[in-house]
Amino acid sequence: MTETAPARIWPRLRADRWAVGGATVAALLIVAAAAAPLLTSTDPYTYDLDAVSGSGVPLGTGGGIGADHWLGVEPMTGRDLFAIVLHGARTSLLVGVGATLVAVLIGVAVGATAGFAGGWWDALASRTTDVVFGFPALIFMIALSAVAPPEIPRLLIVVLVVGFFGWPPIARVVRAQTITLRHRTFVVAAVALGARPHQVLWRHILPNLLPTVLVFGTMLIPSMIGAEAALSFLGVGVPPPTPSWGRTIGDAVSWVQLDPMYLLVPGTALFAATLSFNLLGDGLRDALDPKLRELRR
Amino acid sequence: MTRVSKRLGGMILVLLIVSFLTYVVLIAAPADPALMSCGRPCTPDRLADARAFMGYDEPLIAQYVSFLTGIFTGRTFGSTAAAVECAAPCLGYSFRLGAPVTELIADRAPVTFSLAIGAAVLWLVLGVAAGTISAVKRGTLLDRAAMTLSVAAVSAPAYLVGLIGLLIFGFTLDMVPVSGYVPLTESPIDWAWHLILPWLVLALISAAVYARLTRTQLLDVLGEDFVRTARAKGLREGVVLRRHGLRNTLVPIVTYFGLDLGSLLGGAVLTERVFSMPGLGSLLIDAFGNADLPVIIGITLFSTAMIVAANAAVDLLHGVLDPRVTHVQKGIFS
Repeated sequence: MTETAPARIWPRLRADRWAVGGATVAALLIVAAAAAPLLTSTDPYTYDLDAVSGSGVPLGTGGGIGADHWLGVEPMTGRDLFAIVLHGARTSLLVGVGATLVAVLIGVAVGATAGFAGGWWDALASRTTDVVFGFPALIFMIALSAVAPPEIPRLLIVVLVVGFFGWPPIARVVRAQTITLRHRTFVVAAVALGARPHQVLWRHILPNLLPTVLVFGTMLIPSMIGAEAALSFLGVGVPPPTPSWGRTIGDAVSWVQLDPMYLLVPGTALFAATLSFNLLGDGLRDALDPKLRELRR
Repeated sequence: MTRVSKRLGGMILVLLIVSFLTYVVLIAAPADPALMSCGRPCTPDRLADARAFMGYDEPLIAQYVSFLTGIFTGRTFGSTAAAVECAAPCLGYSFRLGAPVTELIADRAPVTFSLAIGAAVLWLVLGVAAGTISAVKRGTLLDRAAMTLSVAAVSAPAYLVGLIGLLIFGFTLDMVPVSGYVPLTESPIDWAWHLILPWLVLALISAAVYARLTRTQLLDVLGEDFVRTARAKGLREGVVLRRHGLRNTLVPIVTYFGLDLGSLLGGAVLTERVFSMPGLGSLLIDAFGNADLPVIIGITLFSTAMIVAANAAVDLLHGVLDPRVTHVQKGIFS
């Protein structure tokens, strides 16, 4: 199954226009984030007080769009919005991918052991998954960020906290997949030949979970990006001056009437990122197994 | 009856476990509320006094037990003349704001509930309606437009849509109020008028998901044999759709709804910030800024209790909608 999965997925994915579009935009975003210092000579921290009026409103049309500032500037400080959004992509993608990794690790550990061991552990793990699934996650994220030790960098805290509430969907899918795999002939044969449980889990089950985990991991990235943006929007996520789309959108709340571009620029970036990863994830899932189409959660 | 009582038992068990874990994790954290309120200069003696006054000098388990009993019997902080009374149901006392947490929550909860309940109604109605139309008119331009729009809506954060809505309908067209909250008891019309945009914003995003869900489920059901039989009997299409189609899509929709209540509350917190509404969300954010631990714990546990209770209700509704559920399915919080 491991050998054939990519061979099955690729042609189907390439035939899906929406997924290809999503993948393209996502790839562009990743490249732009990686090459941020090359794409703009201005950094997102330098003030440009000449670009804003005495009351802090950006001078010129569209929030100060011009040769110096391609997408305008931040009100009050005159920092370059293009640089902020570009460097914000780094934060978003870093947290998005980092939190997804945390969620996948927990999800696979919980789901695979539950599906493999069965019994009381399965009952406990599944029930816990269900409960965390229905949680008011955002409120718990805020509470946990509030009490996190100040020594740990905030960015790491955001990654951990966001990832910690993202694992239930992974655990569910992995558990179901593990139960199916457990009854497959090659697993039964391995057990019959005397393989220890951890060997079976490690050598036979986990490698076969890989395609599923990759697909559902990709589908998790946009929600993780969204969660970071939401926390930062509320002012409890990534602290200034680290650029973050969510925080800029949050700052834009009080400027929405005077300088709508300040909202629209980071908003478009966030929307593009979530949409592209969503389309790619949906496409991957459909390509992996068309029957999963509506099994999104 | 046994189903209901089993459900309640499961609910209480989950609440106990979650509240214990939450309490221990949050209270054991390095942020020390006593240190914040001990004043300057904070001598070790005064700090110890403050800790004793707030009840933080006890072992964790004892603190949790006094917290729990406080919910039922109320509790008193400190024993001197400066003692603070916290009447039952006591969810703690904010020394920062000088008020019982229960009172603070009771003050703000109506805002959040008005927002969340109204949005949930709107989201179910809009979602099911759009999904039904899409399913009936499947393959047409309308169907494809609705489904494409729903993919986009799923990816748009509620607060972003809210801000753009605010920009268009609030500031530019000047059609709706741009911020604030008017209590229902004061003026129902103003209440709804201030909430209309927040409701729409919060509802639209989730309605998109429900439109897709309804469409798929309905198409599934409409392909079943009993629907063909109903049509063969000569029932009108509208009746087939309502009695046989929609009736059978309700259960999965209610299931998803139960799972989404948590994100509804999260969405309400974000929407409150956009429209500057004084709800639980802003109380929590302020508490975050002030490291006001009792308030943070109180809101976290209160919202969990609300979600668990709402889930139990949704789950019982399941049994009403589909008698088979009683035997087959277990609720997510039972």
